[in-house]
Amino acid sequence: MAWNLGLRRKSKMPSGLWLKCDGCGEMIFKKDVEDRLNTCPRCGHHFRISARERVRVTLDRDSFEELWADLEPVDVLGFNAARAYSEKLVQAQEATGLKDAAVCGLGAIDGREVVFLVTDSAFIQGSMGVVVGEKIALCAEKAADLRVPFVAVSGSGGGARMEEGVLSLMQMAKTTAALERLSQAGVLYAVVLTNATMGGALASWAFLGDVTIAEPRALIGFTGPRVIRQTVKTELPKGFQTSEFLLEKGFIDAIVPRSEIRPFISKIIRYCGAWPSRRVRETVGASRKGKAR
Amino acid sequence: MAQTDVLQFEKPILEIDAKVKKLEEFALEKGLDVSMEVGHLRRRQEILIRTIFAGLTAWDKVALARHPMRPQTSDYVEMIAEDFVELHGDKAFGDDQAILAGFGTISGEKTMIVGHRKGRSTAERLQCNFGMANPEGYRKAHGKMKLAEKFGVPVLTMINTPGANPGVGAEERGQAKAIAESIRIMTSLRVPVICCVIGEGGSGGALGIGVGDRLLMMEHSYYSVISPEGCAAILWKDGAMADKAAEALKLTAQDLMTLKVADEVIPEPLGGAHRNPRGAAESLKEAYLRNLRELRPVPADRLIARRYENLRRFGKP
Ligand SMILES: [Zn+2]
Repeated sequence: MAWNLGLRRKSKMPSGLWLKCDGCGEMIFKKDVEDRLNTCPRCGHHFRISARERVRVTLDRDSFEELWADLEPVDVLGFNAARAYSEKLVQAQEATGLKDAAVCGLGAIDGREVVFLVTDSAFIQGSMGVVVGEKIALCAEKAADLRVPFVAVSGSGGGARMEEGVLSLMQMAKTTAALERLSQAGVLYAVVLTNATMGGALASWAFLGDVTIAEPRALIGFTGPRVIRQTVKTELPKGFQTSEFLLEKGFIDAIVPRSEIRPFISKIIRYCGAWPSRRVRETVGASRKGKAR
Repeated sequence: MAQTDVLQFEKPILEIDAKVKKLEEFALEKGLDVSMEVGHLRRRQEILIRTIFAGLTAWDKVALARHPMRPQTSDYVEMIAEDFVELHGDKAFGDDQAILAGFGTISGEKTMIVGHRKGRSTAERLQCNFGMANPEGYRKAHGKMKLAEKFGVPVLTMINTPGANPGVGAEERGQAKAIAESIRIMTSLRVPVICCVIGEGGSGGALGIGVGDRLLMMEHSYYSVISPEGCAAILWKDGAMADKAAEALKLTAQDLMTLKVADEVIPEPLGGAHRNPRGAAESLKEAYLRNLRELRPVPADRLIARRYENLRRFGKP
């Protein structure tokens, strides 16, 4: 009976209330997924979430104050492929409500101040162009200035954004240089790798965390699986380039399900958080209250 | 693109080479003086080369950068460095043949030279994996750079790779991590670091030995975020549109000057480095020594601070 009801419901429910899980292939009730931070109640599959949603699930409620929100991408090369880059940018902006793939600012995790950045996989696959690179560098500098941990969440499956040419490649060097300075300042940098993180993003900022964790079953690698398959002309091993694969090979510290990420990072900050001096804390507090930024 | 020793647009140039050769053989046989005729042919050839090269597309430039006869890292080492001591493995996994590293003396200047090695014969090319390095290659590269730093020896890198190796083993051994580490180490090396793209600057695999105080580019080299073929396959859904992608990516040495990413273009002999490798090597040596003279007196802290400022300005929105 319940089974029948289920079937009838599936076919009758207006689309939008149900969705097909990419993990187990089952039709699942959207509300159930949303109640579990956008993970599948049956198989634990982690659905991609927007930058705004990531802020909500990672930081303390209402603690986020966005910085550098007005940085806009520029079509420096005037790149026109089958589709013009400027057109692609506008479409991504309209679809996501973001100006570019990264959202960043100040926030708190269990009451402890952090600089936070997330790249949204829905914006040209979260790829890194000049704006993403600039925001990462600014965050690293801000974190070093304030002596506050920097937490970055990567959904950069697109690697370096090819429409910005060699300038996007140079963001790898720029972000790495800024993070190296942060490291030398003795301030924690923690990275959460989510589905997907590839190429130039992984070969720079996304893989340079003092602590690096990943959500379960995320695709994480340097070269895309399609290109590798074409090159080696054989099927790839099962589970290749997943979080579990990286854990086994020793490249990440832990796999952490979405619901556990906030407490996990909170613990790491307790061990590794560089505490701001009183003066800095007062400055941060004052400017945050006054919304001076 | 098939591997041939002659590019399509070079054919008329080589026809004149052949004519000159024939003429000289004939003259030798008959005991004639043909210097006037040869001189005339060479002058015509010069004009021809200038004309052809003025009209090269970005895609032609990519072909030149990949020219099988083009001098490679090992050739330059032989031509500009004395007392070269090759240093092999990464001290962790293996010795990647796609990276060549060692101490050499360039006009009296002790230098750590690190470059991609492509190989020339089929056997060599396979051994070097066509210049596509694995993680152990990048670990070898930054290991040797750290060694140089310890003893105050400046670093010269020669970039010439289609890209980092796309393979199962490369992923298993942490390709992205190895490249990220190389970049990280190069941002903070306390010795002058001069990077030169001698042929292909293929994306992250190039940048893995490409961060320093100066970025020099040989006149007919390219540097790109992705190969034109890869870009075409993704953005045009057609790998055959590589010429269009090459144009759009703005990847030539001259484009990189316009974009203020490269600091200097090193002029190549007429017709490209492969027509006169010694001439190309002389230009590279001169540029290296001149840049080193400028960087040498800068205190290490200032050097690193400047390197940072330089990287920081890339694409400032
Ligand atoms: Zn599921």
